[in-house]
Amino acid sequence: MMGINWFKYASPATFYPLAGRMIPWFYGLAAVFCVAGLYVSFFLAPTDATQGEAYRVIFIHVPAAWMSMFIYLVMAFWAGIGLAFNTRLSSMMAQALAPTGALFTFLALWTGALWGKPTWGTWWVWDARLTSELILLFLYMGYMSLTAAIDDPRRADKAGAILALVGAVNVPIIYFSVQWWNTLHQGASVSLTRAPSMAKVMLVGMLLMALAAWMYAIAAALSRVRLLILEREKNTTWVQALLERRS
Amino acid sequence: MNAFLTVLRRDLLLAYRRRADVATTLFFFVIVVSLFPLGVGPEMDTLRTIAPGVVWVAALLASMLSLGRLFASDHADGTLEQMALAPQPLWLIVMAKVWAHWMVSGLPLALMAPVLGLQFDLPAQALAVLVVSLLLGTPVLSLIGAIGAALTLGLRGGGVLLSLLVLPLYIPVLIFGAGAVEATMTGIGAEGHLSLLGAFLILAFLATPFVAALALRIAME
Repeated sequence: MMGINWFKYASPATFYPLAGRMIPWFYGLAAVFCVAGLYVSFFLAPTDATQGEAYRVIFIHVPAAWMSMFIYLVMAFWAGIGLAFNTRLSSMMAQALAPTGALFTFLALWTGALWGKPTWGTWWVWDARLTSELILLFLYMGYMSLTAAIDDPRRADKAGAILALVGAVNVPIIYFSVQWWNTLHQGASVSLTRAPSMAKVMLVGMLLMALAAWMYAIAAALSRVRLLILEREKNTTWVQALLERRS
Repeated sequence: MNAFLTVLRRDLLLAYRRRADVATTLFFFVIVVSLFPLGVGPEMDTLRTIAPGVVWVAALLASMLSLGRLFASDHADGTLEQMALAPQPLWLIVMAKVWAHWMVSGLPLALMAPVLGLQFDLPAQALAVLVVSLLLGTPVLSLIGAIGAALTLGLRGGGVLLSLLVLPLYIPVLIFGAGAVEATMTGIGAEGHLSLLGAFLILAFLATPFVAALALRIAME
């Protein structure tokens, strides 16, 4: 194990072709999982006894909500690594993840609203989970605006990293605050708790869709990080050589 | 400790020389709160229920608006760089600056709040809790805001960006600050909310000066 050079792929020049080779695989896996997941969720999963067909939104909603939170943690992790070890690629990875995370957060909110209308009779309730998901979207927006507003990429990386880490520390505090705030205001009570036992086939469909979302997120982040690498390293010799080979 | 007191006195003196800035923040707070009855209507029952939230949101906005001044002028004339080079740790200086900032932005808001609460017909006990909650909560706002102010130092459109970064982080303080007043009015008692606000204050006090100092160093590289 000692012989492994852990930092070999921390260099943008070696990571760029590696990412290029990995992207088609992850997109392919995403497509396979997505087709399987959609088949299970539309043809195999039974109609829900209480919610009818509308419940099928969860096959996209729940994976999106999971990914939105997971990507924030991964983003904060890479941002922290970038800040601690001063590795350029880690910070670029964090920046590449942010739009995908924001997309999944938005998707979770949007599909949640679509599910809420037929089930609860309202597009939006100030439920603890909905509210914290909305705040998560704000945190993503803040991170992306901050990194976009700073012209110097190194400063953008570090400032963004601090914000992402402060946000990550704050997420649990915000979550529990919102939850307590919500329980104190149980006026128009809408319970989110579903039937405790979910049919196994529904769970399989949801997990397949979650895997599809995961693979897609990796592929999208890798594509974006490749663009970031090219943009930032455009004055280096390896990028120049790459461009000459292409043209 | 000496550095702390020196910076504190210097910043307070500077704020005193520019009294209009302090007054502007305070009047902003008063105006925003006074707009709500005009928008919502003068029914006292409605006003009484929204009063804690309105006063707290206005305090949030007012203290956020004044954040721009925290480091900007020192950054512009190079004082901040000298402070970063000083033998005293930067976080201590940041702490002193935040403390001074709170004394000219948060403290006046807390002292002004009972008058505004009277406009909303809040009972005396709720007014007292409102002041206590603001006294505990506004330092947290200044401490968290210092991180945002340091991160956006010298950027284009820094003010709007700052609000985007800082407001989501303010949410827990808002919930428990306004919640304390509401809990008093409904008879639950505000101890729980105020204790949590105190806990936030201690946490912010221990952690944010270091983070803000780090952010300042990044901004000045």
